[in-house]
Amino acid sequence: MENTEDIFYKKILVESGNEVLFMFRFFRNIFRWDFEGNEFIRQCYMIGYRSFPLVAITGFIVGFVMTLQSEPTMKEFGAVSFIPRMVAISLVREICPVIIALICAGKMASGIGAELGSMKVTEQIDAMEVSGGNPIQYLVVTRILACICMVPILTVVAEGLGLLGSYAGMNVSGKVSAVLYFHKVFTGITFGDLIPAFIKTIFFGFAIGFVGCYKGYNSDRGTESVGIAANSAVVSSSLWIIVIDAIAVQLTSALGY
Amino acid sequence: MSNDTKTEEIKGGGGDTVINMCHVAKSFGDNTVLRDINLDLKKGENLVILGKSGTGKSVTIKCVVGLLTQDKGDVKVFGQDVSALSENKLKELRVRIGFLFQSGALYDSMTVRENLEFPLRRVLKLNDKKDIENRINEILNGVGLPDAIDKMPSELSGGMRKRIGLARTMILKPEIMLYDEPTTGLDPITSKEISELILSMKQNYHVSSIIITHDIACAKITADRILVMDKGAIVKEGTFDELEHSKDNFINSFFK
Repeated sequence: MENTEDIFYKKILVESGNEVLFMFRFFRNIFRWDFEGNEFIRQCYMIGYRSFPLVAITGFIVGFVMTLQSEPTMKEFGAVSFIPRMVAISLVREICPVIIALICAGKMASGIGAELGSMKVTEQIDAMEVSGGNPIQYLVVTRILACICMVPILTVVAEGLGLLGSYAGMNVSGKVSAVLYFHKVFTGITFGDLIPAFIKTIFFGFAIGFVGCYKGYNSDRGTESVGIAANSAVVSSSLWIIVIDAIAVQLTSALGY
Repeated sequence: MSNDTKTEEIKGGGGDTVINMCHVAKSFGDNTVLRDINLDLKKGENLVILGKSGTGKSVTIKCVVGLLTQDKGDVKVFGQDVSALSENKLKELRVRIGFLFQSGALYDSMTVRENLEFPLRRVLKLNDKKDIENRINEILNGVGLPDAIDKMPSELSGGMRKRIGLARTMILKPEIMLYDEPTTGLDPITSKEISELILSMKQNYHVSSIIITHDIACAKITADRILVMDKGAIVKEGTFDELEHSKDNFINSFFK
């Protein structure tokens, strides 16, 4: 008879195997001539455009608060002029990609998980499959690609607004011209800061879309499973984001960026 | 011509076997759902599977379309072993089989028109707007709901959802129809309308059907032959009249 530990490891192995198979089905369906272009655009609108206000406000406030918080300490060292550069590098390299990805995980992954989960419960996915359609192509590929495209775009938007927020923060205690502020920002950051961070967000987007789709598509029958799918999509994709970030930091350090 | 006489005329059929299930068994973990299922569906026949809830009726027809794979036994559709088919071959086979789900399973983010367009554009690869429009109007007239074309599924009643679900399935003109509890949750009048619609599908489109139900009125209207299922196995077979006069207590309990 199997003990609890064996069952636990068996479950992990089965789940990992299913995730790999699901990923394989996704990649096999990406490069097909009958790509669902309209659905992809609809998903970009639903997933990306509708997240814009949340992401914009978050980005602005993060930049604003970070500047206000760091100003007293920097003042002590007489390094206030370094704030634009410091905030810009922090926002671009780490804070915006990770915070926006975690926000997107909460909004997108849970939405995708709940939507596909309820489609599964109401047999809509089965109906698509038995009618000869391709639910992976229509539901999964479009959503994952939309996340891959929209998360980096939203991150760039948040970074831009974060810098604006930082500029506003600098003007709370003193007056700095926009030209001087952004001159300091753009002389402070390099492509070596921007590109690895941008590439990282593509992987974040994939993690959010993939986990949301996997959890929703493979949810059990019953309404309770819809909630479970949405919840576990957020938890798992957030974990993935942290792990990808840790790997990306190691890689960029090793490559000298 | 009276309705009953018309019904009797439409019934009848027989001939080549289109579905053959032989010693099919299926379990989910420790729960054995199908023990030993053997059935044949003849071309042009309406076969009703009657049984209590949880006896494995839906699992049986899900094995036919490959939504579930049996643990033991063979499922053959048009002579092809369903579990041995490649993904593409299975897709081709599924186009020849229609499946009406218990809830209708309409895509709830799409209008009725988009629901009906979905299989036409993706399975039949039609792009001609006029042709698509004609087919949609024809099938909506067939199910008696031409005015529902621009409605969302949430605006439809249970009976209307089932009719639209049937229309979406029939729009591909399948040769076999599998109905999963088509009258469950409907009032007796709508149930009768749906049952008559199933019969008219046979008349108009010459489909062979398996109808899963525990609704005796539906079985009476639609069945050429009835199989009674209990605890994952077929326990009795016969026409409606034969089973109605059965002396078996279990069979009788359905007709009381």
